[in-house]
Amino acid sequence: MAWQIPLVVRKLFRRRIVLVAAVCLGLVVLMSLFADWVTAFDPNDTAVAQRLARPSGEHHLGTDELGRDLLARIAHGGRYSLSIAAMTAIGAVAMGTLLGLLSGFFRRLDAPISRVVDAMMSFPDILLAIALVAILRPSMLNVVYALVLVYTPRVARVVRASTLVVRELLYVEAARAVGVSSVGILLRHILPNLMSPILVQSSFIFAYAILAEAALSFLGVGVPPEIPTWGTMVAGSQQYAHQALWIVLFPGLAIVITALSLQLLGDGIRDLLDPRLKKSM
Amino acid sequence: MLLVMALVAVMVFVLTRAASGDPIGVLLGDQATEQDIARIKIVYGLDKPLLVQFGYWCKELLQGNLGDSIFLQRPVTQALWERAEPTTLLALMAVFIATAIGVPFGILSAVFRGKLVDQVCSGLAMLGASIPSFWFGLILMQIFAVSLGWFPVSGYGEPGASIWVRIHALMLPSVVLGVLNSALILRFTRSSMLDVLGEDYVRTARAKGLDESVVVLKHALRNALVPIVTVIGLTVALMIGGAVVTETVFGLPGVGNLVVSAVLRRDYPVIQGALLVVAGIYVLINFFVDLLYTVVDPRVRG
Repeated sequence: MAWQIPLVVRKLFRRRIVLVAAVCLGLVVLMSLFADWVTAFDPNDTAVAQRLARPSGEHHLGTDELGRDLLARIAHGGRYSLSIAAMTAIGAVAMGTLLGLLSGFFRRLDAPISRVVDAMMSFPDILLAIALVAILRPSMLNVVYALVLVYTPRVARVVRASTLVVRELLYVEAARAVGVSSVGILLRHILPNLMSPILVQSSFIFAYAILAEAALSFLGVGVPPEIPTWGTMVAGSQQYAHQALWIVLFPGLAIVITALSLQLLGDGIRDLLDPRLKKSM
Repeated sequence: MLLVMALVAVMVFVLTRAASGDPIGVLLGDQATEQDIARIKIVYGLDKPLLVQFGYWCKELLQGNLGDSIFLQRPVTQALWERAEPTTLLALMAVFIATAIGVPFGILSAVFRGKLVDQVCSGLAMLGASIPSFWFGLILMQIFAVSLGWFPVSGYGEPGASIWVRIHALMLPSVVLGVLNSALILRFTRSSMLDVLGEDYVRTARAKGLDESVVVLKHALRNALVPIVTVIGLTVALMIGGAVVTETVFGLPGVGNLVVSAVLRRDYPVIQGALLVVAGIYVLINFFVDLLYTVVDPRVRG
């Protein structure tokens, strides 16, 4: 049997820009996964004689203030930045989905959960994240915990709204009529129908988490400076920006490309799975 | 609204008290004796049970007292008030810029829906939402402040400088904040205009032979304005959060800067106060926006 690309994927990539975004994202992920093969340089090898070297044949993206190869650092830094963001997205989507399902399905739980969600969303993202990390003390895992707490209410709100709609559909009533338990209805009949908003939220939160982690690390209240994430790289090099703009430029570009690809992909999924939206928007 | 605000207060209290950091250690240093620590605990009320502390804190809060900063040795309200001016000015200028970009391009996108203009606008909006503000700030600073020297690299002018010096110093930061936050306004303007452009009265206006620009700007825009005003209001609240990062990049002595340094020093009363005030502003803006809805659109009341 010949290889056949599933119809969904072909439809998703019918918009050229979505395909480009997926390819960019794939490249960034591959670059981080195979960071050791991308360049022979070690991300932590300092070579003071080579400090602030311009991008060249040897150092493709130049070197930073300690003579460390920038490409190697961006590739290795991607591992941290991407895994922090991925863990945040998974955690926030899992917790947000649970809370959203509960408050959308069980009327008695709706008011308390929704009020708490409202209250949490009254804090600006970054401000809340800063306060949380400060309380937990800066570390990689604590940045993840803080960002999960910041983004969970967002997911919960979206999932709740969708649950409210799906709950009233005829087949849910039918399932209840034949005696399926509440938990069964939630897991087997409602959750699968929420996959599209959940998927869209995941990709957006992944993008926000990349940006938020970078901002926290830049402010010095995120990942400790010795771990090379894209955010700590910009933070550490900012005072050399006037001598060597590239040491700030390239890690930032990595953030922009990743976040933009993720948002384009999320947008593509939304268009694909919700054709009504495409028509009205 | 009051319930949400009360929840916010509880959360802020729990958050800051759950802290594992030790402000007393920071304040007194390593050489503090047992007696010193005990004395300071009594001075700041840290020796009482948590619930008692919370009750006491709420009572003070309702009287507008946010406590004293452990590090700055003065009331938090005073510290916040001193830092309010740059942040307010920055947020206002940034909102102005965001609106000046978002509304016209949102209208253009709606009018030329699906055409090139629309696609470029939505692409740029997404790009704006993907750029880290500190990075954009650093790049703009390199170009316009360091290389071209048009704007000061950082700071907010001398104390007592005129408002124009202040505005000049805030140009770059407000461009950063405004441009990156215009995406939301653009999207709302576009969808709100699209809703209205499909209405009967717009068709009637066109059928009367009115000029297209009159139809769009007078008949359609006026009716699309409520959601647009809403999102502008919410953007103001978002800006306060965004200002934390922008102020740090440009070394502005604003509330955001105060919060970041308070976090680094584990100065809880300041963190607490800032979180409360900012969340309070957000809730208030939300409340007024809801109020505005009922005033402008009587249908909402029913």
